[in-house]
Amino acid sequence: MRLKFGSRLTLGGAVIAAVLGFGAQAYAQSTVKSPTLDAVKKRGQLSCGIDTGIPGYAYQDSSGKWQGLDVAFCRAIAAAVLGDPEKVKFTGLTSKVRFTVLASGEIDVLIRDSELTFARNTQLGLAEPAVNFYTGQTFMVRKSLGVSHVKELNGATICVETGTTLETNIADYNRANNIKIGTLLFERPEEAFAAVEAGRCDGYTDDGGSVAAARSTMKNPNDWVFLPETIGREPLGPYVRQGDEAWFNIIKWTHFAMLEGEVLGLTRDNIDAAKVNPTNPDLRKFLGAEGDLGKFLGLDNDWSYRVIKMVGNYGEVYEATFGSKGLGFPRGMNNLWTNGGLMMPYPWY
Amino acid sequence: MVRRPSLRARIAQWVFLTALVVVAVFLASNAADNLSRRHIAFGFGYLANTANFDIPFRLIDFGPDDTYARALLVCVLNTLLVSAMGIVAATLIGLLIGLMRLSSNWLIRNMGLVYVELVRNTPILVQIIFWYVAVLHNLPGPRQSLHLPAGVLLNVRGFYLPVPVMGQNGPSLIVLALALLVAAPVVARLTIGGSRLVKLALAMPLLAILLFCAGIEHIDTPSLTGFNVTGGVQLPPELAALWAGLSIYSGAFIAEIVRSSVQAVSEGQREAARSIGLKPRLVLLLVVLPQALRMMVPPLTSQYLNLIKSSSLGAAVAYPEIFQIFAGTVLNKSGREIETFAIVMAIFLSINLAVSAAMNAYNRRVMLVTAR
Repeated sequence: MRLKFGSRLTLGGAVIAAVLGFGAQAYAQSTVKSPTLDAVKKRGQLSCGIDTGIPGYAYQDSSGKWQGLDVAFCRAIAAAVLGDPEKVKFTGLTSKVRFTVLASGEIDVLIRDSELTFARNTQLGLAEPAVNFYTGQTFMVRKSLGVSHVKELNGATICVETGTTLETNIADYNRANNIKIGTLLFERPEEAFAAVEAGRCDGYTDDGGSVAAARSTMKNPNDWVFLPETIGREPLGPYVRQGDEAWFNIIKWTHFAMLEGEVLGLTRDNIDAAKVNPTNPDLRKFLGAEGDLGKFLGLDNDWSYRVIKMVGNYGEVYEATFGSKGLGFPRGMNNLWTNGGLMMPYPWY
Repeated sequence: MVRRPSLRARIAQWVFLTALVVVAVFLASNAADNLSRRHIAFGFGYLANTANFDIPFRLIDFGPDDTYARALLVCVLNTLLVSAMGIVAATLIGLLIGLMRLSSNWLIRNMGLVYVELVRNTPILVQIIFWYVAVLHNLPGPRQSLHLPAGVLLNVRGFYLPVPVMGQNGPSLIVLALALLVAAPVVARLTIGGSRLVKLALAMPLLAILLFCAGIEHIDTPSLTGFNVTGGVQLPPELAALWAGLSIYSGAFIAEIVRSSVQAVSEGQREAARSIGLKPRLVLLLVVLPQALRMMVPPLTSQYLNLIKSSSLGAAVAYPEIFQIFAGTVLNKSGREIETFAIVMAIFLSINLAVSAAMNAYNRRVMLVTAR
């Protein structure tokens, strides 16, 4: 078929218009459409699944207020989305039920020192927006046993929390090294800690942060040592349901905002001063003086300011929970990449 | 409209049944929708996957290379084990305490009362954790094990008994010994040339024991090697705590069933037994208990069923039963909630229906003929 020049022009114009129109529509949808975000805003409260209670990640302080690295992440999301870090409903979940509760829609996000794995991503239909704690599976044993390497635990019994990747890691380690480390599986950490203390097990294993937490609950923490070697690798982070990419993005970039705060040297105390008249272009964009960071997430432009102002940057939170003001657990892999760690927020543009 | 009551009732039943089916179909399609939205296909094929975890206490061999199906079998056996042990112990405790409650001695009667009220009015989970954390955790560590007579060891890791290990001829000798035991009562009734073979029948069990001993190669005694006691057979504290919790708790309820059933036997029966000169012990054994038993069986059945269901509380004290291993580790590793819980419910249902059927059959045998 041959078309006259005029009609070709018309056709071309129509195609361009259609492409533009479609693009504009797609653009509009991608910025705002998130059922979870809408539900959270409507409810006026973020529903966050956390640990039932473990020092470092999620624990209640003497006044009964939830504290911890995971808890702070929940509060940061609430600050970004709702403008108030206290508008969070915390639901303590055992390791066994956590993914079922998330999949059923009872909570908006699960931040419960959960290891991010291929199987959970693909088989459970869950998405893994970020890593908020890098660690490895660590063993804690009684000093008096004189053990210095995981391999020397052949024949020993180790207490473990059930429903975790830890059991599998030990089974794999046993097979790879042709030894036999026995496990005793507990539903909740409280009974597991009691069994370790009583000598029912020779030691306790979990990710590094949790083992530090376990040691802090022992009658005499100095009787217990960490074995220097870890098995497996445990990147811990939040989980959301698949199928809501906009919500996924909010979780992911809230984490990066906390890291960016540390990169830019913004803290709860100095951010107000820094916001007055920022000159550094990175700072201007991050604090919403320039550009549209918030709009692309379906939030307002002050979201990142609120995260730092109301909750603090990642380094501040780590210091208060795992660092010198908390469990005294070395920052190690969780340092910024500039300090030899693995924490590197993606660039914003 | 419909006048005949029978037809009306039938229509009502059909309407109700249809409504039930509609609800069931709605729930099933809802579940199917959710599954397909999460890209999960319903099916039991995952049972053939490799387990890749360890089960600390088991009656049959199990290793990380085995399948989820085998893990299921292991934990079903563990559940059955603790349930069977619990039922036997709870019945004995219940019988003892129930009879104590009926004693004419003030002290014994009130000890029984205190036991029942104390145990019956505290939650069973609290009791199980109490036995585990507050009692068994106070035992000494493996290096300071208590040495009991006959090579038995006791420490915080459990109760270790020596166990005979059979030699090469062991299995055939055991079969022979069992055959002798089974045959003994039969032989006792045989007669050859007018004389009964009682003496031979009495000798047969002795011979069986001798045969069994002949098959033993050596006795495996528990001893400390490395971190743990090895050798012998271990009763882990998790099993002991769960067993104690279940049987002591159910025992209190069974005691009340025993007491009320004995009291329900009419006074006339007792008087009649006494008036023909039976001693008090025989009155109880020959007249009162057999009649009380008939009344006990139905409520006892429901206590047994409760005990079996409560065995799932073992998850709290690390006892590897169905709920902990299958609805815990396997569920978490496979992410198959619907299938896993369907299996767990089906297993508890079949165990309980089987127990119930056995108890009902027993009940029919002991039931008073006039009651039919």
